[in-house]
Amino acid sequence: MPEISPDIILRHNITMDEYEEIKRILGRAPNITELGIFSVMWSEHCSYKNSKKLLKTLPRDGERMLVKAGDENAGVVDIGDGLVVVFKIESHNHPSAIEPFQGAATGVGGILRDIFTMGARPVLNMNSLRFGNPEEAATRRLVSGVVAGIAHYGNCIGVPTIGGEVYFDESYEGNPLVNAFSLGLARREEIVKAKAEGTGNPVFYLGAATGRDGMGGASFASKDLSAESEKERPAVQVGDPFLEKLLLEAVLELLRTDCVVGIQDMGAAGLTCSTCETASRGNVGIEIDVAKVPQRETGMAPYEIMLSESQERMLVILKKGREAEAKRIFEKWDLHAEEIGFVTAGTMMVVKENGKIVAEIPARKLADEAPLYSREAREPEYLKKTRAFDRKSLGSAGDLNAVLLKLLDSPTIASKEWIYEQYDHMVRTSTTVLPGSDASVIRVKGTKKSIAVSVDCNSTYCYLDPYEGAKAAVAEAARNVACSGATPLSVTNCLNFGNPLNPEIFWQLKKCIEGLRDACLAFDTPISGGNVSLYNQNPKGAIDPTPTIGMVGLIEGGYPVTSHFKKAGDVILLIGQTREELGGSEFLKTIFNVKSGIPPRLDLGEAKKLVDVLVELCAADLLRSAHDCSEGGLAVALAESCFTKRGAEIGASVELTKGALSEEALLFGETHSRVVVSVAPENVKKALEVIESYGFPCETIGKVGGDRLVVTPFLDAPVEVLKHTWRNALKRRMAADV
Amino acid sequence: MKFGVVVFPGSNCDQDCFDVAKNVMGQDVEFAWHKDGGDVSKYDCIILPGGFSYGDYLRTGAIARFSPVMEGVRKHAEKGKLVIGICNGFQILLEAGLLPGAMLRNESLKFVCRHVSLRVENTDSPFTKKYKKGQVLSIPVAHGEGNYFAEPEVLKKLNSNGQVLLRYIDNPNGSCEDIAGICNEKRNVFGLMPHPERASEAALGSTDGRAMFESIMETAR
Repeated sequence: MPEISPDIILRHNITMDEYEEIKRILGRAPNITELGIFSVMWSEHCSYKNSKKLLKTLPRDGERMLVKAGDENAGVVDIGDGLVVVFKIESHNHPSAIEPFQGAATGVGGILRDIFTMGARPVLNMNSLRFGNPEEAATRRLVSGVVAGIAHYGNCIGVPTIGGEVYFDESYEGNPLVNAFSLGLARREEIVKAKAEGTGNPVFYLGAATGRDGMGGASFASKDLSAESEKERPAVQVGDPFLEKLLLEAVLELLRTDCVVGIQDMGAAGLTCSTCETASRGNVGIEIDVAKVPQRETGMAPYEIMLSESQERMLVILKKGREAEAKRIFEKWDLHAEEIGFVTAGTMMVVKENGKIVAEIPARKLADEAPLYSREAREPEYLKKTRAFDRKSLGSAGDLNAVLLKLLDSPTIASKEWIYEQYDHMVRTSTTVLPGSDASVIRVKGTKKSIAVSVDCNSTYCYLDPYEGAKAAVAEAARNVACSGATPLSVTNCLNFGNPLNPEIFWQLKKCIEGLRDACLAFDTPISGGNVSLYNQNPKGAIDPTPTIGMVGLIEGGYPVTSHFKKAGDVILLIGQTREELGGSEFLKTIFNVKSGIPPRLDLGEAKKLVDVLVELCAADLLRSAHDCSEGGLAVALAESCFTKRGAEIGASVELTKGALSEEALLFGETHSRVVVSVAPENVKKALEVIESYGFPCETIGKVGGDRLVVTPFLDAPVEVLKHTWRNALKRRMAADV
Repeated sequence: MKFGVVVFPGSNCDQDCFDVAKNVMGQDVEFAWHKDGGDVSKYDCIILPGGFSYGDYLRTGAIARFSPVMEGVRKHAEKGKLVIGICNGFQILLEAGLLPGAMLRNESLKFVCRHVSLRVENTDSPFTKKYKKGQVLSIPVAHGEGNYFAEPEVLKKLNSNGQVLLRYIDNPNGSCEDIAGICNEKRNVFGLMPHPERASEAALGSTDGRAMFESIMETAR
């Protein structure tokens, strides 16, 4: 065994202070296996040591919340009639940067295991992807690889990938974000916990054999990416969705029996994490023998077996005496299972190799008592400059029709058809709103309910004002699900930031969490769980702060509303009021290549009221379509409302008065809490009454019909031309490599 | 009538087919587990559903053809009873030699999931009798290997026998002669890439697939 030198400690990302703490816990110096175990469990990825104090300030309670965020693998929210949804979003950024296909694929595999180990059947996947400039070949390689990886895994396992968001910005150059969301359905009583109990109960290892892939992935994900990172390719795991499909079916079948005490997947930090966390949650000890762990390579050291992140593996604690019953299910699904240990009295995690102890650590110290840090926070310097930005310094944007076309050609705004057509988004025959609307919706078969989901974050706003940006992310997600008619229920978040040891980055994190807290309180959508991904840096600097929000909403009955205009003659209303807000807009980025200014302010009271208005309008069946104004503002929202399925496109004639506003702010500004809806003529009066009853501003701005988008006196273009630009913007760029 | 939906490890449209047969069409339906091989004679129509049987390792459908249940399916087909293979099911029927031709990767080399337009080419079959010849259908596809290939003499035979039941109007995968679905000479085995079970309810945006199930029900009655 190698001697523990300061160099070895450092290479494990353990500080000397932390090393001293480890010695104090053990009452002796750790051996290399123990050091490895501490290093992964005390990494940011597993311990949240830099973010936990902030995360604790987020609202986590609510009458529908059945599990407290952070206590289990995923959040559980009651949707009534004895049903619950289990959902979570998680990052796989670093692996995807190094090996996009497998990195993204195993990200999907990991989040799915989090859902089905809780006893819920995954019914939908979503994702939030962020890349650098797609004009660069290196970016396109990442886009192609990540999308193909997600498709490979999700399509094979048979869970529809029903939508998401894709965002392009230079800050993600070389450090793409891959945030995978999954949601499962279960009956309330079917939910199981990830804890060990009952001295003597056997611990089973289920699924793929352990190899050297993904060695120390959790600690790898807790460092800055650098040119050296390429060498860490062995830290990226390789996924097998077919095996996971078998695991999924076997686990759900097993959980319908009552043989199981507790179950946890082996994700980050593999065998180490699953053993010490289940023991810690159950307040018991656990003992395993690594020699009994199925291995796909020879000569693996205990260190390697404990730290491997080979995919598609689970730890199952069974009731003693029920092993045969469980084994029948494993055999039915052709799965390899081995008894590798048992639950013990006490609180120690004991790892043996052929009966000889190789590691012995108090489980709780690993799982729940990692050192926590409050880092220094300082307002970033760059904000002085961006806040002082003056639109007048840039000159004219030129012809407005040309501006609209340029915006529709911006990869962030453009159609994501090239991406979502590679995902099976219809398997399970439940997807009632396909990708391309504000929210994606699935029906819950056998009930009248539907689940609407949206993932959102405008990271430019977060860069320019982290507090406002995080609020805006929650508000946009809530507005999106409400546009389909759903009441927002709960949020899962994925906090993607740079290196927290940089005080300016830590300030961004702190401010974003404050924004999340205030917004989640305002919408009454508690946080059900999520994940933190720090150290998202490339040699040029940190990514823009990106607190990705996954919002889950519930439609109690009736058909969901989509974002496209449906019928000529329908009346178009603009709900909400436009202000002079161009800061941080896609307009500034696309036309002037400027990421600056003060992003739009969000009034949370107003935003919540809008959600209530939308839900009531949809419930009363008064809307034919609803589409929120986000990137590109009102003009883009109107154009997108015209882009329904091929052959059914329809135009609109709208008249706007700008009053004191600039033309640019009116058409392309991104003021929050605005929605474009279309209403059948006979329902206009009723719809206006509902909106008025909330005291919400609303204007009748035009009519659906024709084959042009006419916005008098500013814009006039054939829908066909607009749609062609929008639809081919990404396709055209991605085709550059073929 | 009674449908039997075969479940291979990796099948993932099995439940969808089951749901349509039972809840939309109101028929009797059971799952047939791949290891249970042998006797599938109790079913009037066997559905080989979509998915990734055995992970589709080696080639789509290449391992499934050796599955114990396929022996029963083969006998079922020989007896002239109905077999429909959807997507992966079609791929398996090709590999098993129950239908002629082979499947290549999509021309784009990418998985494609979207609604496509199909034309009903022939209504003289137990699977398409409730359609009108030339009727245009909107039914989704979702596959990475749906690029149908056959030798010219096979294509000639398929055409002259009226075995091509469905063709794409907007070919999504490069299939030769826009072929989307074919039956065998005896017309009791049908394979198609589009998913009729995903187009049988208004809530899913199209009901154009329903008549396929109705055709089967009328035949089996």
